Amino acid sequence: MDTLNNTLLKVENLHVVYKARRETVYAVNGVSFCLKKGETLGLVGETGAGKTTTAYAIMRVLPDRTARIVNGIIEFEGYNLLDVPENLMRHGIRGEKIAIIFQDPMSALNPIMKVGDQIAEALKFHNKEDLSPERIEEQVDRTLELVGIQKERKYDFPHQLSGGMKQRVVIAIALVCEPVLIIADEPTTALDVTIQAQVLAMIDELREKLGTAMILITHDLGIVAQMCDNVAIMYAGEIIEIGSVEDIYSGKMQHPYTAGLFGSLPDLEKKTDRLHPIEGLMPDPTDLPKGCKFNPRCPRCMDICRNVQPEFTVEGTHKVACHLYGSGKGRGIDE
Amino acid sequence: MIKYIIRRLITLVPIIIGVTLVVFTILEMTPGDPAKMMLGDGATLEQFEAFNEKFGLDKPFVSRFFNYILQLFTRFDFGTSWLTSRPVLDTLKARVPITLIIAVSSIAFASTIGVSLGVISAVKQYSKLDYVSRLTAMVLAAVPVFWLGMMLAILFALKLGWLPSSGTGSWKHYILPMMTLGLPYSARILRSTRGYMLEAVRQDFVRTARSKGVPERYVIWKHAFLNACLPVINTIGVYMGGLLGGAVVTENVFGCNGLGSFIINSVKRKDIPAVTGGTVFLAMIFALILLAVDILYAFVDPRIKARYTAKGAK
Repeated sequence: MDTLNNTLLKVENLHVVYKARRETVYAVNGVSFCLKKGETLGLVGETGAGKTTTAYAIMRVLPDRTARIVNGIIEFEGYNLLDVPENLMRHGIRGEKIAIIFQDPMSALNPIMKVGDQIAEALKFHNKEDLSPERIEEQVDRTLELVGIQKERKYDFPHQLSGGMKQRVVIAIALVCEPVLIIADEPTTALDVTIQAQVLAMIDELREKLGTAMILITHDLGIVAQMCDNVAIMYAGEIIEIGSVEDIYSGKMQHPYTAGLFGSLPDLEKKTDRLHPIEGLMPDPTDLPKGCKFNPRCPRCMDICRNVQPEFTVEGTHKVACHLYGSGKGRGIDE
Repeated sequence: MIKYIIRRLITLVPIIIGVTLVVFTILEMTPGDPAKMMLGDGATLEQFEAFNEKFGLDKPFVSRFFNYILQLFTRFDFGTSWLTSRPVLDTLKARVPITLIIAVSSIAFASTIGVSLGVISAVKQYSKLDYVSRLTAMVLAAVPVFWLGMMLAILFALKLGWLPSSGTGSWKHYILPMMTLGLPYSARILRSTRGYMLEAVRQDFVRTARSKGVPERYVIWKHAFLNACLPVINTIGVYMGGLLGGAVVTENVFGCNGLGSFIINSVKRKDIPAVTGGTVFLAMIFALILLAVDILYAFVDPRIKARYTAKGAK
């Protein structure tokens, strides 16, 4: 996308499969994207689109019994993370340079460990400045206050905290080592709407303060508009549209799937009787359709869509993988 | 916490009364007149009456039962043996330590082996080690205690001559009973530990720990194992009960004069006070073990501790 030295993370042609006893689940099928320092990328898609799998692949915390990264490059600060030995990954990357905010704060915290200890743990194992235990405690206090929890609560166990506070603790765990990249995996789905806004505002503020890059995984296009610089729309393990927020929300091209996602959103300004959800279900990931993966559900499906996998059509920063665009197969979206 | 423990101790009282009632009733229903069994057919009528009066057998069942409970709770008196005319408690005092040594050492043996192999088995699921330990566990859990005891005695005492095969003279005497009793339980503990561990390593917080960059050893023991510990402790506590029962057979095989062989011999000779006393004492030990397990639980899991202290504060 841009000059190399500014690029923090470059994922190229990533393929991940889950091998079950008899079948193979094709979870991520050739995902590529770039992330610059301090930038926020929104990863949007339905449940099962491969967003979380992509995130876990970057962290290399996929379940090692079933998941295989069959192909691809994950270049982080110039190194391919897929070639980095496990102990170096643990030592220098996970938690230290890349941290993840998990989606369910109820289960992401160890129920029998004090939350302060859970935050301190990350620091202890990445103690590059050789901090004394007292300094680590200070850092834990500071991080807790940063996410809006009184430092006295560090002696609490997770069951003594509310859902929103637990999520704040999960965020504190991710922030405590001041990583350069945060992967936020649906950080607010488990919270109710009022807390959602608070937590998101807090993440955004912290991110700006620390200059951290972020991959925000979500299925909420409203959140994306609020927080992201760039957006990638995922469907059935592929990125089908990628571009800046402006490109996605008001660009000339629009993938029919993206159009469907917007159609499923209530609009505050226009009065409509009903929403327009996308018909049908995500294809079975063990048996993906030929051609464009979206063709069985696409309202504008053509013959070519059933046979030929579409390539990206590029217009500036905006890329769309759809036969409607490029090489003159049926033009325009607003007819 | 202390309030909770005291309250739990108080609930032991009805449990002990209940156990005593059951034991008393069952023994009451066994056929045969105790006096006739003890004194033989040749005794005179006066001798029978004297025996019945001496041990209170001329009184009705209910009155004897309440008398027993009263003596038990006020004087810790388990009655007098018909056979030896000595207090049952004296015999218990001599024999219970032997049984406890065997039971405690075998549960410690079984837990050490079972828990550590169970954890390794779970972490390296479907590895060769996992298959071997599971197969061995299955065999060991299926083998009867007396057979295993005899096989171990033949191997270690007869063939190799490393260990004595019977008696209770030194610590060496306790090794074979410990292994006999412990091995089948180690197999069971292995299987349940493996199961709970497999569940624990798939929990979200384990993934959180990994993503923090915590070394795998810590992830397994500090995060996964401590959480899997709770049901494992529970399982071990329940097995303690079965183990006390299993001690009866083991004691017979290795000729240890413990509580188990005492109860068996007393049953054979229809020495009812001895049987009652032994059984009630065993029940008391078991109840105390379960209490200890509950308290241990609270120390591992802060959620349970919070519940106890909240209740106790009322």
